[in-house]
Amino acid sequence: MQKQSVFQSKLLPYALVAPQLAIVLIFFYWPAAQAVVQSFLLQDAFGLSTSFVWFENYQDILSQPDYWAAVVRTFVFSFAIAFSSLSSALLLAVMADKPLRGGTLYRTLLIWPYAVAPPVVGVLWVFMLHPSLGILARGLRGMGIDWNPLLDGNQAALLIILAAAWKQISYNFLFFLAGLQSIPKSVFEAAAIDGARPMRRFWTVTFPLLSPTIFFLLVINIVYAFFDTFGIIDTMTRGGPAKATETMVYKVYVDGLLGGNLGGSAAQSVILMIIVVGLTAIQFRFVERKVTY
Amino acid sequence: MVEEEGIQRYVAHAILWIGIAIVAFPVYLAIVASTQENAVIANGQMSLLPGGHFLQTYYQTIFVGTSGSTREPVGTMLLNSLVMALLIAFGKIAISIISAYAIVYFRFPFRMAMFWMIFITLMLPVEVRIYPTYKIVADLRLLDSYAGLALPLIASATATLLFRQFFMTVPEELLEASRIDGAGPLRFFWDTLLPLSRTNMAALFVILFILGWNQYLWPLLITTRDDMQTIQIGIRKMITTTDALTEWPVVMATAVLAMLPPVLVVVVMQKLFVRGLVETEK
Repeated sequence: MQKQSVFQSKLLPYALVAPQLAIVLIFFYWPAAQAVVQSFLLQDAFGLSTSFVWFENYQDILSQPDYWAAVVRTFVFSFAIAFSSLSSALLLAVMADKPLRGGTLYRTLLIWPYAVAPPVVGVLWVFMLHPSLGILARGLRGMGIDWNPLLDGNQAALLIILAAAWKQISYNFLFFLAGLQSIPKSVFEAAAIDGARPMRRFWTVTFPLLSPTIFFLLVINIVYAFFDTFGIIDTMTRGGPAKATETMVYKVYVDGLLGGNLGGSAAQSVILMIIVVGLTAIQFRFVERKVTY
Repeated sequence: MVEEEGIQRYVAHAILWIGIAIVAFPVYLAIVASTQENAVIANGQMSLLPGGHFLQTYYQTIFVGTSGSTREPVGTMLLNSLVMALLIAFGKIAISIISAYAIVYFRFPFRMAMFWMIFITLMLPVEVRIYPTYKIVADLRLLDSYAGLALPLIASATATLLFRQFFMTVPEELLEASRIDGAGPLRFFWDTLLPLSRTNMAALFVILFILGWNQYLWPLLITTRDDMQTIQIGIRKMITTTDALTEWPVVMATAVLAMLPPVLVVVVMQKLFVRGLVETEK
């Protein structure tokens, strides 16, 4: 954790830590504490008086079917995004790991979407699948599908999942490729000598050896689906139609902004905080073990 | 060597090209749409080949903006995004490297407490403290300012951790040597540690620049003035009006301009990007 020989100084180390500490206290801890405090308070309609109401805001939130619908939706989105993005990225990474001509070109052409911002992803996908002018929507209607994500909640949800998974492929691809390249080639050769065909080699050798990477990426993808999809949802559907794409984070935003329900919004924030703490803890416990596989 | 039969190799090439096509198609469509006429697009008659309005659309987008929804030219938004991204990237690196230096090279009361305080911010993303943070920035009168856009985001647990880890691998002898040369802590930091950290800083800069450029929720909350909008916010406002009024070529040109800087950074500085990405996730 620390060097054997260090500098002696009374004030300098504090001065060096001070800027970061100030930012952290003012913009992280103070607001987080405020959120916790606010989640126990109730403001009257005119904002004139506030009273301490214990867990009333939480009870209120947890008794709303709307809230539970958002919770379930968030988890469904997370797993759908993680699954579709991870599986397609893994397929691509396994292919790109083969000794092919143009291997580095493939990598370049697959990793750049990492840099596309979520709101831009939203705009791109809206445009492709817009019911009246989208080029893919035209194709879907040609196939006899009644495509209208502006009215159909399930279609809107599908749209969000596809767009969010699309953006995440490059990230997963990169980490899968790194994971594959760290597996010694002799392991595959041994399996091949034993007569295992490629498919079998993948499921009995590659997949188990990749499991630390898969688990790590699963956590990262869930965190991504929880938080980074905000920009995609906000540009694509605004949580609609009829809240069909409202995730937990989006609901905090909407309830605090439009609803003006600050206590309820704060209670939801605190619940989200607990989820983040859980996810981060899982991530870090795993990282310690990652070194030894 | 494991056998790679010819047919398998073709399958691999084919799958990779399909993957690339899926990844690139939405962006290709945006580029094509930005060169066509709005009336054609709005009728659903868009062609899959580039049209002839490239210069006209991009000129209008950068210098004039849309006629209705955003009022500001996208050039202003690009500038705002650039300033914010650079402030965030440089700010995070600067304050993280000096706090990591203090934590590794000094022994002082509350050292570990401070380290943990920085570390735990990992668990407090802006999404879980939206409105209280907004209120503080409002109370500090930082709404609609570059400081308000960047300051609350420049704390960085990951960067601090990364520099800490790196400093731990720097040989002790370097410190001894520079001490014998009579160098104090600031001199050692500036003359020895900073040059050694160059690659790490560059890799981190690439990731943090992209992160800063792509910020969305925070600028959405604290910018109300049109001339302070970042490009990510501007693009959202362009599609808020009723569909019939959306100027799709301008919207798509804005999307292309919003993607260009971070995508270029990834492609041109690929090595640093990959390194930064892998390091920050450790």
